[in-house]
Amino acid sequence: MDKNIFCTPNPVNDKEALDALLRDKRGQQYYDEMKRLKVDTAALQKLLNDTCRSRIRTWLEICAHCGMCADACAFYLSNDKNPEQVPSYKIQSTLGEIVRQKGNVDNAFMRYAMDVAWGKCTCCNRCSLYCPFGIDMGVLMSYLRGLLFSQGFVPWEMKIGSGMHRIFRAQMDVTVEDWVDTCEWMIEEYEDEWPNLKIPVDKKNADIMYTVNAREAKHYPDDIAEAALLFSIAGENWTVPSEGWEETSLAMFAGDWEGAQLQVKSVYDAMDRLKPKRMVVTECGHAYRATVIEGPYWAGLKSGKTPVTTLHYVEWVAEALRSGRLKIDPAKKIKEPVTYHDSCNYIRNGGLSHIGREIMSYIAEDFREMTPNGDHNFCCGGGGGLNGIGKYRQERNTGQKVKRDQILATGAKLVITPCHNCWDAIRDLEETYKIGIRWSFLKPLLLDMVIVPEHMKPKEE
Amino acid sequence: MYNLLTGPLAWISFLIFFIGILIRSSLYIKGLDSNIDRVTYRVNTLFGIKEAVRSIFFWLIPFSTRGWRTQPVMTLLFFIFHISLLASTLFLKAHNMILQERWGFCIITIPNVVSDYLTIAVIVTASILIIRRIKLPQVKILTKRSDYLILIISIAPFLTGFLAFHQFGHYTFWMLTHIISGELLLIVIPFTKLSHSFLFFLTRAQLGMDYGIKRGGMKRQKGMAW
Repeated sequence: MDKNIFCTPNPVNDKEALDALLRDKRGQQYYDEMKRLKVDTAALQKLLNDTCRSRIRTWLEICAHCGMCADACAFYLSNDKNPEQVPSYKIQSTLGEIVRQKGNVDNAFMRYAMDVAWGKCTCCNRCSLYCPFGIDMGVLMSYLRGLLFSQGFVPWEMKIGSGMHRIFRAQMDVTVEDWVDTCEWMIEEYEDEWPNLKIPVDKKNADIMYTVNAREAKHYPDDIAEAALLFSIAGENWTVPSEGWEETSLAMFAGDWEGAQLQVKSVYDAMDRLKPKRMVVTECGHAYRATVIEGPYWAGLKSGKTPVTTLHYVEWVAEALRSGRLKIDPAKKIKEPVTYHDSCNYIRNGGLSHIGREIMSYIAEDFREMTPNGDHNFCCGGGGGLNGIGKYRQERNTGQKVKRDQILATGAKLVITPCHNCWDAIRDLEETYKIGIRWSFLKPLLLDMVIVPEHMKPKEE
Repeated sequence: MYNLLTGPLAWISFLIFFIGILIRSSLYIKGLDSNIDRVTYRVNTLFGIKEAVRSIFFWLIPFSTRGWRTQPVMTLLFFIFHISLLASTLFLKAHNMILQERWGFCIITIPNVVSDYLTIAVIVTASILIIRRIKLPQVKILTKRSDYLILIISIAPFLTGFLAFHQFGHYTFWMLTHIISGELLLIVIPFTKLSHSFLFFLTRAQLGMDYGIKRGGMKRQKGMAW
């Protein structure tokens, strides 16, 4: 039997291995190798003994099999109420079995568990609000992902993502130099129109340290420029760190807890180094979840909080609008019907539902809520890493039907999505279902609406 | 036989019941781990307690959570079943007479005719819960043989008590099976899914603390919209 090259329990820790894995197009060889990957049952059992404690064991045990979680799940509803999509079934038939069998499971079982853990659940945690016992199947699924990762049963893209974080401290191959260059490039790119634009790098004791999603540096650098413009218009004393600038965590989606720890520590180190008063995270949901909500635990911070107070971008926007540092030109408010998509990671799991509504009250004349919304909002279908996994593309597309119908019911053609994964998912949703909608982050919309102070205005030729 | 069942065996089953609850609850709390669960149970605890109390409270009131409101039939079944089960057991005149005789105290009692209706309600709702398990695909797929067994163990004392009270057939037979099935129920509660009767409060509190301390509790405006 051939030895596995790509699909092994070992994480990707060096660039050579990463490049080789990337060359394996769509993970063909990787998934072939997975079919013969041996389950190290002793290691799995040890991991269970060390980490599977009363919370998880009790959740799995007392589940009354009542089925009340079924209708909570966007995937169950989108898949014509297929009973195999009932959250309790998904977790009992995977993690439940592993725990009951004390880790004595085989290769086929682990591959089934992988299909469920990444292809049928986005860890949106919505079902936790519908279980009378408060069983959080998103948390259980996330724990299952950790077990699967430790054995090498993880989708190809997730393995790559985790490797990226381990090597680059970013979800993409963006080095510190690339990042700083991008900031400088954006200043040049915008200097004709915005001659005073600055992106201060590594400024100590700033009021705000701003951190981003590596996709912005790699694919959407305008987002960085837009953030810089809005900070300048609001008169903020802000900076970006040269190292520790990346907030996202594909490692979290992959169940790579060690990688996730390395990633958040790079951001916390930047906080220690630059001593900002506060940190602001870009318009990304899982980045906020990873670095602000879960991260302190991975890094072993006893307070359960980031070293300095952290705001999601929407919190900063609301604060700037509230205090008048950002002023909206009433004539430029959004006139058409507009809806707001709640990202699970900072709404249900971050408590910021009211902030989105506050922002909409400043910028939109015809704001239409989706039903349900806020803490009870449905996932866009692309959370938990699912957006990025080719193997489960069809599952993702089908899972978006609930969101599609929610948007259609509002009658709005513009969807505000202050989250990268949701933004992508809703873009793809339009591509798949062609319902005639547009989607946007807050930044470009705000830039069109905000009153620009005289000193920032472009010089007349 | 009667003396044995209501004497030493009753003692044993009550002891197992209470000690079992105590041990399982302590083990649950002892097994909670701030690092592994990623919830600082001991830091910002007040935020956690507040949401824990809300989390339990809202789920105890019919139709007060979105989950209850979106599934009204299940909610009615659930509450009628559980309230009837507890009320008919605790407030039954005959049970309180025994308490008075043995321990010199009793809880409030309800008229026998009310207990009768409550008992019927337990049996009827349990039967619908069984039909629900068989008929609804989303429940059927979750159902195991043990789920039926547990439901049968749970309603056996009610069925036998009802038959004994109305003296259908052989009174002594039904009375003895009533006592045996009641004692069996007490014994299995701590070791089966029926442990939810007390672990409900702990798991709900845990999730409340999770949302209250970590997942937005300190930023959420009005507390979690359970």
